[in-house]
Parts: sequence; C-alpha cells; structure tokens
Amino acid sequence: MTESVVTTSSLPFADAVPGAVLDADQWGIIVNPDKLVELAQYLRDHEGFDYLSSLTAVDYLGFKDRTADDRFEIVYHLFDTKKGGDGIVLKVRLPESKPEVDSLVKVYPGADLQEREAYDLYGIKFKGHPRLRRILLWEGFHGHPMRKDWKEPYYEAEHKPYKSRWPVGHYQWAEDRVPWGDNINYPKGFDPDAFEPAPLPMPIIHEPPEGSDHIHTERIVVNMGPQHPSTHGVFRMIVALDGETIVGLEPEVGYLHRNHEKLGERNTWLGNIPFTDRLDYLSSMSNNFGYVLAVEKLLGDKGKPPERAEYLRVIMAEFTRIVNHMWAIGFLLNDLGAFFTPALYAIEERELILDLFEAAAGSRMMCNYMRFGGVVRDVDEDWLRKARDIVFNRLDRKVDEFDEYLTGNEILMARCVGVGLLSAEDAIALSACGPMLRASGVPYDLRRARPYSIYDRFEFDVVTDDGCDVYARYKVRLGEIRQSIRILKQALDQIPEGPIMNGKPAYVTRVQKGEAYGAVEGPKGELGFYVVSDGSDNPWRYHVRAPSYINLNTLEHMTIGYKVADSVVILGAIDIVLGETDR
Amino acid sequence: MFGKGIIKGLGITLRHTAATFIDDMARVPSRYTNAIETPQGKLLRQPPDSKGLFTIQYPEEKRELPENFRYIPMLLYDEKTGKDRCTACGICAKVCPPQCIWIVRDMNEQGKPIPRPSEFYIDASICMSCGFCAEFCPFDAIKMNHDYEMATYDRFPGLVFDKEELSVPTSYYASLYPSAWAAEEAARAAKAAKKAARGKKGGGAGGARRKAAPAKRTAAPARKADAPASSKAEAAPPQDESKAPPDASSPAPGGSQS
Amino acid sequence: MANENQVPEELQQNVFVTSIDFLYNWSRKNSMWPMLFGLACCAIEMICTAAGRYDLSRFGMEVMRPSPRQADLMIVSGTVTKKMAPIIVRLYNQMAEPRYVLSMGACATGGGPFKEGYNVVSGIDKYLPVDVYVPGCPPTPEALLYGILKLHEKVQRQSIRTVPWYRKDTPRGITIPVLGPDIFLPDRADEIRQITMRQETSEEIAS
Ligand code: SF4
Ligand code: SF4
Ligand code: SF4
Repeated sequence: MTESVVTTSSLPFADAVPGAVLDADQWGIIVNPDKLVELAQYLRDHEGFDYLSSLTAVDYLGFKDRTADDRFEIVYHLFDTKKGGDGIVLKVRLPESKPEVDSLVKVYPGADLQEREAYDLYGIKFKGHPRLRRILLWEGFHGHPMRKDWKEPYYEAEHKPYKSRWPVGHYQWAEDRVPWGDNINYPKGFDPDAFEPAPLPMPIIHEPPEGSDHIHTERIVVNMGPQHPSTHGVFRMIVALDGETIVGLEPEVGYLHRNHEKLGERNTWLGNIPFTDRLDYLSSMSNNFGYVLAVEKLLGDKGKPPERAEYLRVIMAEFTRIVNHMWAIGFLLNDLGAFFTPALYAIEERELILDLFEAAAGSRMMCNYMRFGGVVRDVDEDWLRKARDIVFNRLDRKVDEFDEYLTGNEILMARCVGVGLLSAEDAIALSACGPMLRASGVPYDLRRARPYSIYDRFEFDVVTDDGCDVYARYKVRLGEIRQSIRILKQALDQIPEGPIMNGKPAYVTRVQKGEAYGAVEGPKGELGFYVVSDGSDNPWRYHVRAPSYINLNTLEHMTIGYKVADSVVILGAIDIVLGETDR
Repeated sequence: MFGKGIIKGLGITLRHTAATFIDDMARVPSRYTNAIETPQGKLLRQPPDSKGLFTIQYPEEKRELPENFRYIPMLLYDEKTGKDRCTACGICAKVCPPQCIWIVRDMNEQGKPIPRPSEFYIDASICMSCGFCAEFCPFDAIKMNHDYEMATYDRFPGLVFDKEELSVPTSYYASLYPSAWAAEEAARAAKAAKKAARGKKGGGAGGARRKAAPAKRTAAPARKADAPASSKAEAAPPQDESKAPPDASSPAPGGSQS
Repeated sequence: MANENQVPEELQQNVFVTSIDFLYNWSRKNSMWPMLFGLACCAIEMICTAAGRYDLSRFGMEVMRPSPRQADLMIVSGTVTKKMAPIIVRLYNQMAEPRYVLSMGACATGGGPFKEGYNVVSGIDKYLPVDVYVPGCPPTPEALLYGILKLHEKVQRQSIRTVPWYRKDTPRGITIPVLGPDIFLPDRADEIRQITMRQETSEEIAS
C-alpha cells in the first residue's frame, strides 16, 4: 500500500480538482467532503483507479490528537485493475455533530452495500444513496454499535484481557452480571407493548424493457430464506416476480452478524487470529494469511517471516483454495438440483486435505495456523510426504474427473450458459472480486497485481474467461484448482529447511502506531484487512473487506430478467459464505 | 442427444458405487489389519492408494487423531507427586481470546500469593478450541485434550469445567502426545542438568525446596483420566438414575434461565 | 438393545407397555430425520457428518428435510443471532411432535466465542428446550455423532405413557421473540417495562 511518504505536493493530481485534497500523509489523502465525488470521478476517469475495493468508517473518539470535529473518518481504498500495483487511500473526516458525506454510489456502484454497512454500524449518512437502510442489523435497532461510546450488554472493559479472570477469577456467568439476565439492553422508556416492527423492505422493481415479448402478470413478492436449502446458510432474498421472471431482488443479510469487528477491537492483536478463522469458515487459512499480512506491515522488520514459513503459508493457502473451489463446484450442482450426490463426490478430497490441516494445525476447519512473523508449528517429513501424495497423485485425477463429467454436461450447460451475465465493466464498477471478476474477463488477481508473500516466485496463470456467466465462473474455479495444484507442486518441491518463526513466539504484540491494509487473493476474492493501531496491545479499528459481502453487490444486477430458479444458481455461483458476508 | 447428460450422470453414480464396493471388499482383511487396535477401539487408516474415501464406522471405529488435534483444554498434574503443574501465572487467562479461563491464585494465611491455582475454570460453552492457552503456557501445564465425546444433557454446570474435572495425569498427556512429551521431557532434563551444575557451583540452595509436595490427589480425576477418547462409546446407559436425561417436556421458560 | 432396565420403576411390571415403548422408541430413534438447516461454521461439519466419510445414513438420518414439517430433529448448528432467533423459534413451532433439539457447538450452546457480541444470543436454550448439548468449536463429526447417540439413548428411555405430546395439559408452542430496539419476548413486556421506566441500568443511547 501507500507506505511511502506522501505529501500534498507530490500528488500529481492534487491540482486537478481544486480544493479537493486537504492534506496527505503516509496512510492516505485527506479529502474535502464536498469535493469527494468530483475527485473520485476524476481518479476513476483519468488516473485509472477504476476499482473501489474497500470503504469503511473509523470512529476516532478519544484517539490522541483527535477532536469532535474530526471524530469519524471514512476510508476509501481505490485500485487500478489494469495496471495493478499499490492503490490510493482517500479519507474523509466528518464531525460528530453532522456525520454526513456524499454517497459514491454514482461513481462506484460497488459502494452500495459498504455504505449501508457504515450507516448501520456507525450512523454515517451517505447523501444520495438510493436505499440507505440498516443491513446487518434490523431497522429499529437502538444505536450504532461500532461507535466507541456504544457498549454491548455484556460490556466488561474496553480491552482484553479482562481483569476479572486472574488472579482472583471466581467464575461468573456473564448473564449474572447484567440487569436483564441476558444479552439484551433496551433504551430508557422503551415500552414493548407500544412497539411496532418495521415493515419488510420491498425490492425496487425493474420493469422489463419495452417491446419485449413479455406477458405482464400480477406481481408477487416471494421471500426466500433465511432458512432455505439453496441460500448457502442464512441468507435471505426478497424477490419480486412477474410470472416466473424476476423483476426485483433485495438481498437481506445479517442473520449471522456476529459482531466480528466490535470483538476485534476488544481483542488483542493475537487474539484476533482464531476469530478470523470463523469469517469464511471454509478457508480459514487464507483468512489467517490476510490478517497476519496486515499486522506484519505494522510490525516492520519484526514481522518478516522466514523462508520456510512463507512456503508453508503459500502451501496452506493454496490447499484452502482447492478445498473451497471443490466445495463451491459441488454445491453449485446442488443448486442446480442434483441434490447432494455430486457434492458428496466433490468434497471427498476435501476430507483428506482437512486431515493435513488437522495434522499441521490441530483442527480441521479452524486452523489458527499463522502467527505474526511465521506459523505456529512446523510440519514434519511425514506430513510433506502425505501432502505430496495428495497433490501429485490424487488431486489431478479428481479435477480431471470434474472436467470429464461436468464441463460438457448438457444439463449444466443448459442451466449455466448465458445465465447471470455480468460484463467486465459492470463487474469492476460493482467491485466484484475473485472468480466473479475473472469470469468476466478481467485478469485481476492480487497474487499477480500486487504480489504478496512469495507468489512472485511461482509459475501460474491467472485464469480468466470471457463468458461472463455462471458457466464461466464454474470454469474459472476449475481452472484455479489446476493452477493451485501447479503452485503446490512447485512449493512442495522447493520448500527449504529452516526456522518457521521470526523471533520467539510472544503473546503480546508490540505494534507501532499506524494503519495498514493487507489483502490476499482468497478463494472468494480480495480478502482485505484494514487495521488501525494506536500503539497499544489492541487494534483501534479492525475492518474486514469481505469478498462474499461485496460480491453481493452484483446479485441484483445479475438476476433481473431471469427465472426464479436461476436466481439460486446465480447466487450459488457467487459462492458466498455467510460467516464472511455478515461477519 | 437430449437426455445423454442424465444417463451419463446416473452412470457416474453407478460406477462410483461399484468402484467403492469393490475397493472396500478387496480390502476387507487389510482394512482391519491396517487399523490400529487400541483400548478405545479400532483406529482407521486410509490406505494411500485407495481411490475413494473410507467411511469411518463410528462409534465402532475411530479416526486416528493427529497429535496436534485440539478440542477442550486439560490441566496436567504430576502423577508421582500429585502436584499440579500449573503455577497460576495467568498467562493462559490473558491470551484466551474469548476469555473463558478463570483462575483464582492460591494464598497463604498471610495473604501472600502461592504459585498454584485454588480454582480453575474453563467454560466449554465459550471456548473456541484455539489452543492459545496450551501454546503459551510456560510450564506445560495446560494442554489440549483429544477427547471429543463430551455431549451432555445439561449445559450448566455440565459444561463449566472446574479444576477437578480438567485435571489429568501427565501419563495421559504422554499417551496423547508422545513426541511432544519426549521433546518436553528432554528439554526439562537438560534444564535440570544445567541447574544442577549451576547449583553445585553456587551452593545448592534451589533444588531441595520443591521435594516435599503433598500427594494430595488420591481419587482418580473426574473426567476419565485414563481413557483417552474414552470407551463409553458403546452407548452404555448411565447406571446412575440421577444422571438420567431430563425429559424435554416443558417448553423453554420464555427466555429466563433459572 | 437390551434397554429394559431403564424403564421407570412403576412400568417394570407392565410388560406390554414396556415392549410397546421399546418398539416405539426403537423405530423413532432409528429414523430420526434432521432438518436441513445450517447456521454457521458448525453447519459445515454437520454436512461433513452427512457426507461420505461419516455417513449419517448409518443412523437412519440421511434424509435431511428442508421443511420443518417433516423433521424430527433440529440440529442448531452455529451461532444464533438475535436477527435469526425469531425465525428459529418459528421453525421449531412448525415442527411436528415429537421433536428434539440438538445444540451443536459452543455458539449454539452458550454463545461461544462470540458470546459478548451485541447481536448474539447466549445459547439457543434461552428460547428452545434443548435435549443434547455438544460442545466444541466446531465439534468434529465424531463429536456430533456422539451427541446423536446420546440423543438416541434419551429417546430410548421415554415412555409412551408419559411423553408430553400425547397429553393435553402441556402447552407446546413457544412465544416468538420480536426484534425491537433489541430482541424481546412479548410475554415479558411487564418485566421489561419495569426496568426501562425506572432505569439507571440501561444507558441512553445516541443514534
Ligand atoms: S496453566 Fe500455565 S499459563 Fe495457565 S496459569 Fe497455569 S502455568 Fe500459567
Ligand atoms: S483453547 Fe483457546 S478459547 Fe479455549 S481455553 Fe484455551 S485459549 Fe481459551
Ligand atoms: S461453535 Fe465455533 S465453529 Fe461452531 S458456529 Fe460457533 S464459532 Fe463456528
């Protein structure tokens, strides 16, 4: 990221939009809120920053040198999908009294869900946003929970470790500490009997184009989920139908909102690692990877992992990608109606890879394997032998099997080709990432665009496909499994001997003050962690740029005009995991 | 031809069924000779050249767990002396990400802290099995248990483990973690040798202090100390009438937990 | 399956009921259909339990029913959030009796690592009667199977004469919580009002 020292004068575009840039430092450019849209437009059209990757808010209440006038900060990370390389960070500072800023949805449609999240959790108003409603919580929830002065019902202290655990740690049930005997809190004067729940949000109707041979029928609104076998967890779609055709779709998430970011601010730096496992629970190794990369940026030289650890990280991350894509393909077939049998076949090899994870890290799914400056445990020869056995003997066979059975399968083709179209421009504008973006023909892969760790040493291709449809997404995933196997073969051959940890393992992480954005190309797309440190043992802000969540921006766009049965397939092809979507 | 896909798809299933059946049958003897007989039942080994995946016939047979497997922590005490290894230093309680470890450090009559815990709790309904406690304990006193057969009918207090329930003898640990145990013992021996060498030089004040540890633990630890991944898998009905599961007849008391 | 020795004392004499009980329970426990319904990470392990390696069908459970009407067992597999809790209770109410609830994982059991979260319910037993708790994060498939075996044990011990679903005197529905400023149960309105009206405890919240 923009680690180099930046000043206002060194910015080539500082004069292009007069008065837009207020200040700049090594962590970003402070932008005048009134000129934000104008500047963003300029950056997109003239400087090539066509991709809004992450948008989030930070509450600086009580931070050193900050006052009520610049309590909130909105942070935008922009990147260039053509050239790759470091992006640019824009920041807007907002006062406590009036946290309002212009919405960027017009310039970057992908800002949609992220702005709603910032509104929900921080109460920042984005002027001009078409549907600024709560998204992770429900309409009517009291307060904006990510604000520093909002306390959860079981609040004990700002930071862990809590004093009550040691040396006098008599066990106390959290329920016994709070007046309600439960994890709840109501505002003063709340009267349950007078309460009216908010109505269900209705989707925006997109009329079918004039002149199409469309027969108009009565509009009906159908609710799918959150308990529905096709929604991959607790996801809800409110679909407006005209006959069988979808004319409007409203995604409703938050049924698994586990307050990851709030807990992340209470946790110690180290304590967040096992929590990242639970984001995208199918690929915990990649999540670890992204988070440790972000924190290692703040650690400087102390955080540089030794060679062997880098190899181990890459090996684990690529295994994770294989596991995830196999799962995704298997369950895509599930969504097509081939109930469970193909999925069973698809996740067979997964079990063997999970055995490897278990042997190395201790758990099948929640690996908790990486540490700042290395990995937790070395693997032995036996492990490597088993890993090689799987990679060289079994996986190729399995992928060929997929290829043989599925790629030309007429049912798969009939259901997938031409369904859920998303053009390259739309994909970029809607901030799609990962296989979604590459299946629209955009060769944007962080392992190449902004090489992290040791990915620059391996030979592999960025798989793209110009189909722009569900079938293309399937093919990209299959291709990526092959490329991952390729990387694994190289990595397992080259892995050197040596230490696996930079320095001694320590449970207190001394982090310098600053900010960092670390991102990896996770199986689902760009998985970024934005962390702000005030120099203490806990993050000041811990934000996850969740690919599953941001990819949902495209859902409405892709499903309008298709049949209702297709919506299930289109959703399946996005490959969301609700733990990451809702955090 | 339309419908070819369906026939092909069915063919795959058929072929798969046949292949796994043959694979399984061909290995009937080797599958079980390859399995490791242990007191806990047969542990399954997946032969590397098998095509598919073996079904594990739990509860009759179990998967071989790797040494690093982690579930819920356990506390070690020394079998010979009956002394806890834990010194109540509190590091595990500090690193625990969801803060589910509670330790009361013991005090003597003068109110001075003694390095041993008088109470030690882990709330298994919060523990995320992350293994940090085991990783950072400087005294190798807390380790991750492999026993996953912990389902209960009552969560409170059934899943809040106190010190008695968490304690296991070191031999149990040694049986679960043979290589880690060997490495730790070697390190301990080396350290002791070094200390002894230094102690001889310096006058030998340090060594004798710890000897007179009271063998306070007489009864076997409550949580099946010597039956790793225990043998209760035969679904043996509990003899004790009081342990009989409560009937789930009454509906939940509307949110109150009393 | 010689489980006669667990039949309550007063029924020991009654050989007829005992054998009907045995048959009744034996058939129920060997065809217990779980609901196809996953919440979080634990759901993945539940799927793995149903998949090839652990093969839930060995216990007569392979038919995971997406509809609560056809399911006997609700495996609450993952974190129950406040936003989801009303839906889970509604699903439970829609299940036909006899119905069982298995709480899988630390989260469903007691909130788990996310217990402090403002949107997390501290255990599904705040709303539903739970039959078996399986701790672990996530419970491995074996651990889940063990929990299911425990449930079988429990089912085997029930008697047709005392089971609540043939009795008229026990109300069987559960109030569905409502999402207000925070989740609340309408039956507890009085209690809530008492605190919110006097109230130093819950602070004023800026919005
Ligand atoms: S278990 Fe280990 S880390 Fe925890 S208090 Fe005891 S000695 Fe310290
Ligand atoms: S395993 Fe992790 S969560 Fe569980 S007690 Fe140890 S440190 Fe805490
Ligand atoms: S218990 Fe652990 S694995 Fe299960 S849902 Fe909770 S966090 Fe996920």
